[in-house]
Amino acid sequence: MILSSSSGQVIKVGIAQMDVVKLPNTIRTSGLGSCVGVILYDESKKIAGLIHVMLPDSSLGRSESINVAKFADTGIAAMIDLLKLEGVQKFKLKAKIAGGAQMFQFTSDKDSMRIGPRNVEAVKNELKRHGIPLVAEDTGGNSGRTIEFNPATSLLHIRTVNQGVSEI
Amino acid sequence: MTFNQKITSLHLDVLKEIGNIGAAHAATALSNLLGKKIDMRVPKVEMVSFNDMMELAGGSENVVVGIYLRIEGDAEGSMFFILPIEQANRFIRRLIYDETFDFKKRPVSELGLSAMQEMGNILSGSYLSALSDFTNLKIYPTVPGLSVDMFGAIISIGLIELSHVSDNVIVINTSIFEEGVEDHETVRGHFFLLPDPDSFDAIFKALGVS
Repeated sequence: MILSSSSGQVIKVGIAQMDVVKLPNTIRTSGLGSCVGVILYDESKKIAGLIHVMLPDSSLGRSESINVAKFADTGIAAMIDLLKLEGVQKFKLKAKIAGGAQMFQFTSDKDSMRIGPRNVEAVKNELKRHGIPLVAEDTGGNSGRTIEFNPATSLLHIRTVNQGVSEI
Repeated sequence: MTFNQKITSLHLDVLKEIGNIGAAHAATALSNLLGKKIDMRVPKVEMVSFNDMMELAGGSENVVVGIYLRIEGDAEGSMFFILPIEQANRFIRRLIYDETFDFKKRPVSELGLSAMQEMGNILSGSYLSALSDFTNLKIYPTVPGLSVDMFGAIISIGLIELSHVSDNVIVINTSIFEEGVEDHETVRGHFFLLPDPDSFDAIFKALGVS
């Protein structure tokens, strides 16, 4: 079998984790439900970061040590810092996001039921606060998503169980 | 003390017993429903990271049939009944006398979905009423929701409450399978009970191990 030109590896990011990808690799996170996958990328440098955000706001955290990648606010800030270490300038960053679904439809007064939309809103607010343009999104709905970003093309590949695949 | 440090092996044994009693009742209910013998595995109670949680049912991208409900009242938490697609198909085909039923076909037949929903009601109801009887705690389950999707997308809703205080989850994991079918991950149904962090005290107190 002849390997395609993108003979890179796929960097996998788990829930409430984050990582950075460079050519020729791609970066992927699977099984996004109410969580939001946030891609920050620099088109010219072909570098990107992926954060698998689980909760909107680190002030919701009640543990002593906080895992920055878990929250929209701390995750995005920490990723900007990571990318700066790679020589990326903040003003060059763009964002694509996917996820924030509501997997189950039923009424409960628990806030956690609406966590998907709240995550999306929080991510958008943080991007705005940092002045990072949101180029594309595939959010909401009630399907799980697996996403993979290729820094070579700046395209985000999205797979769902019920609606097939798409690219944004 | 933090949530993670409070749990001792005695506590884990108590949680295991909850899984045991709950799943035994659910297995009996399923057995009655299908007219088939259903076996269960010895419950496992584990503290796992969120990412290891994904591996308990074939990985975060594995497509499963998931029933989810919230438990409210004296003790709160999330409960899931997760079936591999193939096994869910076998159960529902038997239940609605339709050998062509398939969760992978689109659109999924309404009859099959409502049978699955009802099966979820019955199984989670018997699990939780056994739990309530055993602990004397008043608990009120919400109406279960049904989703056929990636395991990671389904289970993560149950991790939200916990994620406020921890990056680990204590999961009471019991699996059931059809007797005569080889006991293999692809046919095993899982009950996952994830008590909220604040509810462990209530559970342990109710069972005299505070």
